[in-house]
Amino acid sequence: MGLEAGRGRYREKIIVGVLFLCAALSVVVTAGIVVALLMPSIQFFTAVSPVEFFTGRVWSPLFKNAQFGVLPLLSGTLTITLIAAVVCLPLGLFAAIYLSEYAAQRTRALVKPILEILAGVPTVVYGFFALTFVTPLLQRHWPFGNPPQVFNALSAGLVMGIMILPTVASVSEDAMFAVPQSLRAGAAALGATRFEVSTRVVVPAALSGIIAAFVLGISRAIGETMIVLIAAGGTPNLTLNPTKAMQTMTAFIGAAGLGDQATGSIGYKTIFAVGITLFAMTLVMNIISIRLVRRYREVYD
Amino acid sequence: MSAVTSPDLLTSRRGWWHRTREGLFRVVVTGSVIIGLVVLITLILQSLVKGWPRLTLDFITSFPSSFPDRAGIQSAIFGTLWLVAIVFVTAIPIGVGAAIYLEEFADTNTWYNRLIDVVIQNLAAVPSIVYGILGLGFLSRGFLHLGPVVLTAGLTLSLLVLPVVIIASREAIRAVPSSILDGALALGATPWQGVSRQVLPAAIPGIATGSILAVSRAIGEAAPLLLLGALQFITFNPTGLGSSFTALPIQIFNWISRPQEGFHVAAAAAIIVLLGITLLMNAVAIWLRKRFQQQW
Repeated sequence: MGLEAGRGRYREKIIVGVLFLCAALSVVVTAGIVVALLMPSIQFFTAVSPVEFFTGRVWSPLFKNAQFGVLPLLSGTLTITLIAAVVCLPLGLFAAIYLSEYAAQRTRALVKPILEILAGVPTVVYGFFALTFVTPLLQRHWPFGNPPQVFNALSAGLVMGIMILPTVASVSEDAMFAVPQSLRAGAAALGATRFEVSTRVVVPAALSGIIAAFVLGISRAIGETMIVLIAAGGTPNLTLNPTKAMQTMTAFIGAAGLGDQATGSIGYKTIFAVGITLFAMTLVMNIISIRLVRRYREVYD
Repeated sequence: MSAVTSPDLLTSRRGWWHRTREGLFRVVVTGSVIIGLVVLITLILQSLVKGWPRLTLDFITSFPSSFPDRAGIQSAIFGTLWLVAIVFVTAIPIGVGAAIYLEEFADTNTWYNRLIDVVIQNLAAVPSIVYGILGLGFLSRGFLHLGPVVLTAGLTLSLLVLPVVIIASREAIRAVPSSILDGALALGATPWQGVSRQVLPAAIPGIATGSILAVSRAIGEAAPLLLLGALQFITFNPTGLGSSFTALPIQIFNWISRPQEGFHVAAAAAIIVLLGITLLMNAVAIWLRKRFQQQW
């Protein structure tokens, strides 16, 4: 009996040890990402000066006359992300207000799962939609000057805004749902209308969660690859004109990866240098977003 | 005080502009949901209309071809199945194990457990192409040097969806009240017996939901595979873990990037298959969560 109990405890320890290793793998993966990005990046930055990388205006690393200015990729990423944000921030916020404050119980029970299901549409499908539906539509009905090129930042940005809409709406709605019912009841008792309750009580009370949803959505837009690779083209272009083709950081990594760069070549190392820039940008945004979510959880839980 | 309750003020507050404003805002918020849903449904219908006539049994059983009307997706489907199998046997057990540890055995006051917690939250939001870089730098070349094979891609996708599995499983385990475990311990069960025979079975629906969503994400993911040699002209099914491969989303990307309209039609047909699989899985996952949501 005693022996059995002893053996049992020994077995328990092994099991907990194995479970701990499963959890610790995440840390190994993170360390792996950092090391995998850092090593070739350091080699890259000994060959190319960081000043040239961050201030150069021409990006042509895979050509004979290689130039390594990352600004065109940054401007491409920021332009497309900005367009996506303009589409998705108001739509996402209003959709969340509708679901949380206006929709009947049954409508909400129907719409929310549909949004969650649609959040699972693969991004390559959005890319196809942008290239073969949105771009021709824009070209046919373009009201000003030169119509957009076949590959353009505008349609990629618009479709990306739609892609992150379910995420932004769903996370904002969670934050609004966490606002205690007593706040709404109190405002209503003072004579506030539904519009006033929504905009002056619920939205301010859920603000940190809403901002977290925005930051999360934008970070997803910055990191999205397939839509821009398919619809925005592969030309690094230092311009803010959304009707032109642009290349983003992610699209460059994807395109360079396709080219099967020889290990150790400068082309191979650029993948990692651009990758670490991208990783750093999204990491900062994620940390902000996690902090903000934690704040509203602390206030109301 | 009398000013606040004066009837004049009340009627002015409930005047024409206020009523219009209420109505307008209702239209704006309802319209936003409708716009979002309409665009998302248009996106699905567009592929359906374009690709439906092309979606024959022949299309599913044929291999890729340089002639658009002979091209098919057999090797892509088999490649995707191999990737799913690898993700299933690696990410799900490891993810559930990690969740059990963090919820039931970890002392949250120790620095390493808090580090794990923060790291998982951050990993969930790392862009998928960065996982591709990890796969390229560590698994495909360098360190493990597996080459651009189906095992490399499967493991990379596993790492990508691991945080999804962990986060969903943790929520499912946390939702099981501690009184269940306490009861088991009081009856003489060891902690592991209590967790494995009482807590885990109660958390299965939530874990299943998270696992299905994770696998569905792995099926639709294309970006990391670009860096791992999936975009090739592959006219055979993978024969083992060391085989070259292609996958459904990559095959679609390949066809979209060609100029001929015939390949765009083929892409639309393949998109119907991909959307059918991923949306069905998501729907099942969300239905499962709703169906088995327990109020304790």
